[in-house]
Amino acid sequence: MSIRVGEAAEAPSFQKAALPLLDDTQLRKNVRHATDVITNKRAIVVGEQHDWQQLRSAASAIKEHTLRHLDHYLLQFEAACTAAGGHVHWASDADEANRIIVDLVKQYGGKEVIKVKTMTSDEIGLNKAFEANGIHPHETDLADMIIQLGHDKPSHIVVPALHKNRQQVREIFMQAMGLSELGDKPEDLTNAARHYLREKFLKVGIGFSGANYLLADTGGVCVVESEGNGRMCLTLPDVLITVAGIEKVIPGFRDLEIFLQLLPRSATGERMNPYNSLWTGVHDGDGPQHFHIVLLDNGRTRILADPESRQTLHCIRCGACLNTCPVYRQTGGHAYGSIYAGPIGAILTPQLFDMQHSQSLPYASSLCGACYEVCPVKINIPEVLIHLRGRVVREQQSGANIEAMGMKAMANIFASRRRFEAAQRLGRIGQWPFVSEGWVKHLPGMLGNWTSVRDLQSMPQQSFRSWWRDRKKSAVAKEKADA
Amino acid sequence: MPEATNTREAILSRIRATNPTADAAVCTSEYQAIERAYQQSASMDRASIIRTFIERLHEYDANVTETSVDGIATAIAEILNTHSQKSTVLADNFKQQFLPADFHCVRESQITKEQLNTIEGAISECEVAIAHTGTIIIRGSRQITLLPDRYLCVVSESQVVETVPEAIAVLEKFAAEPLTFISGPSATADIEMTRIRGVHGPRILDIVLVRD
Ligand code: SF4
Repeated sequence: MSIRVGEAAEAPSFQKAALPLLDDTQLRKNVRHATDVITNKRAIVVGEQHDWQQLRSAASAIKEHTLRHLDHYLLQFEAACTAAGGHVHWASDADEANRIIVDLVKQYGGKEVIKVKTMTSDEIGLNKAFEANGIHPHETDLADMIIQLGHDKPSHIVVPALHKNRQQVREIFMQAMGLSELGDKPEDLTNAARHYLREKFLKVGIGFSGANYLLADTGGVCVVESEGNGRMCLTLPDVLITVAGIEKVIPGFRDLEIFLQLLPRSATGERMNPYNSLWTGVHDGDGPQHFHIVLLDNGRTRILADPESRQTLHCIRCGACLNTCPVYRQTGGHAYGSIYAGPIGAILTPQLFDMQHSQSLPYASSLCGACYEVCPVKINIPEVLIHLRGRVVREQQSGANIEAMGMKAMANIFASRRRFEAAQRLGRIGQWPFVSEGWVKHLPGMLGNWTSVRDLQSMPQQSFRSWWRDRKKSAVAKEKADA
Repeated sequence: MPEATNTREAILSRIRATNPTADAAVCTSEYQAIERAYQQSASMDRASIIRTFIERLHEYDANVTETSVDGIATAIAEILNTHSQKSTVLADNFKQQFLPADFHCVRESQITKEQLNTIEGAISECEVAIAHTGTIIIRGSRQITLLPDRYLCVVSESQVVETVPEAIAVLEKFAAEPLTFISGPSATADIEMTRIRGVHGPRILDIVLVRD
């Protein structure tokens, strides 16, 4: 099996990739603006949903339950989808999925495919496979068009082009669509996309999509979107091919009542996104008459096998953890080297690789916990990050790596409060030669690797815990004195 | 296709290695025991539900016309007039009596998608509507509610429920049919996070709300 996650296997470490991005002020401005807007909108619509926590709990319970019975639900989905006229295929890895999809397109005699936004197709590198076989994929989601026409890479799982502003989009469109004039109002740009794609929607006979939910009981598929390009791809072509990770299955139609409330509020800060499409196999006289779905493993069963981190598979790809993450907000998505960026990317990408690549990603976090708080399906990302750091350390232990040794020592120290406090006292004494204006910028020897990408705040003279103890002591003393 | 069968078996066996297969009865009872403590039924009175529905639609930039059953045809005529709409396509099951007199239109099953692309507007009813999110849900009619630039939907007051779970309960019996949830006109926020109306779907959404 060869697992592929876009081009993540070849990507430089997060720490390396982040450095030049931190100097790109335009990119950082665009990322900050976009994430601020979504975060604020999300806070408002989540705040008004008085049963938000109950919805989160139910969603988390359903995902956990489904993963425990994943074989059962996948088989149920397969049977129901097949009975409704769909064809179900299974793929162990990216290459197998690409082979199945390319063969299907050839079998139907297609040279072009219209695609609606799917992270999974980026994961398996489908567009490259298409192009290698003389098939032209047209991305139809506005953001994906911006990426495809600008030969760029997605930087966010919901708003992949959020690192581009309107002037940049205008440039890309004018060049790729051969326009001599184009305004830079967002309306002008969406209009250009509308005209550019309308003909494709009507002419191209094969549509390709991902899936937000697979419904085990009905065999139905649900796609959530905004622009209507999804509906075009899902209803106009004669042939529809869908790829979905095996974790996308949920038990039943009824469960949509939870996920359709959680996803839009978390993803775009809307009470509901403009369009949700649901179809089951093929429908006589309405939409595609040939429907194929590829169920993709590509490392997911490995994640399932690790009880401490299988909650990673709960993810509904809402992007809320990216928008809220202080690290993502500084660097944007490209630093993660994977199509899955931000906190979810930091746990998903290395696990899909069975920790063989992207090992720097679990460290791309300050463990502040903001991601866990916003996650609509309650994935405890900090917990998984720490667990994965442990796995990275264990992987690296063979080569005596100072960070690994440090981490191991740290694990020992964290495990006991007495040892932790003793270490803090030692640190306070040991740090003085390296502190300048409250920061530790360069540590000596091999530890210099650590500080080359991090400025450490020097340790305060007193820990919070000891301050608290002293405060209590003095309060007691004061009470006694008062008495 | 031996390879395909093998892959399927291989994936299933990898899953089973981590999940001791419980029998279907256990799975069902576990599923039924999942706590659903979120709101599942209406909490507001009917008047507030309808008011909320209208407010939400306005927030999405949809137009709302309120009328009685007898006023539907007139309301439709007026809306089409404001748009100076010359060509209209109708859902196959749309009731003739709701249409203005000597009204010119085609039915959805009579035209191809290429012809549909040249038609200015579409009219249909919905199956159920959600006040809380300003959503209408359409059964079938996927192409006509998509290609023309204007979409007019007739919603009767009794079809409006307060919450998403109530709507899903109504839809349960049509669960295997093609369903489209529509919340406002087509839009995107992909450019600088500004919600822009109308990318590929209809840019104008008119709701005729039929009061009891
Ligand atoms: S991990 Fe949670 S918050 Fe992050 S994208 Fe997935 S569902 Fe959303």
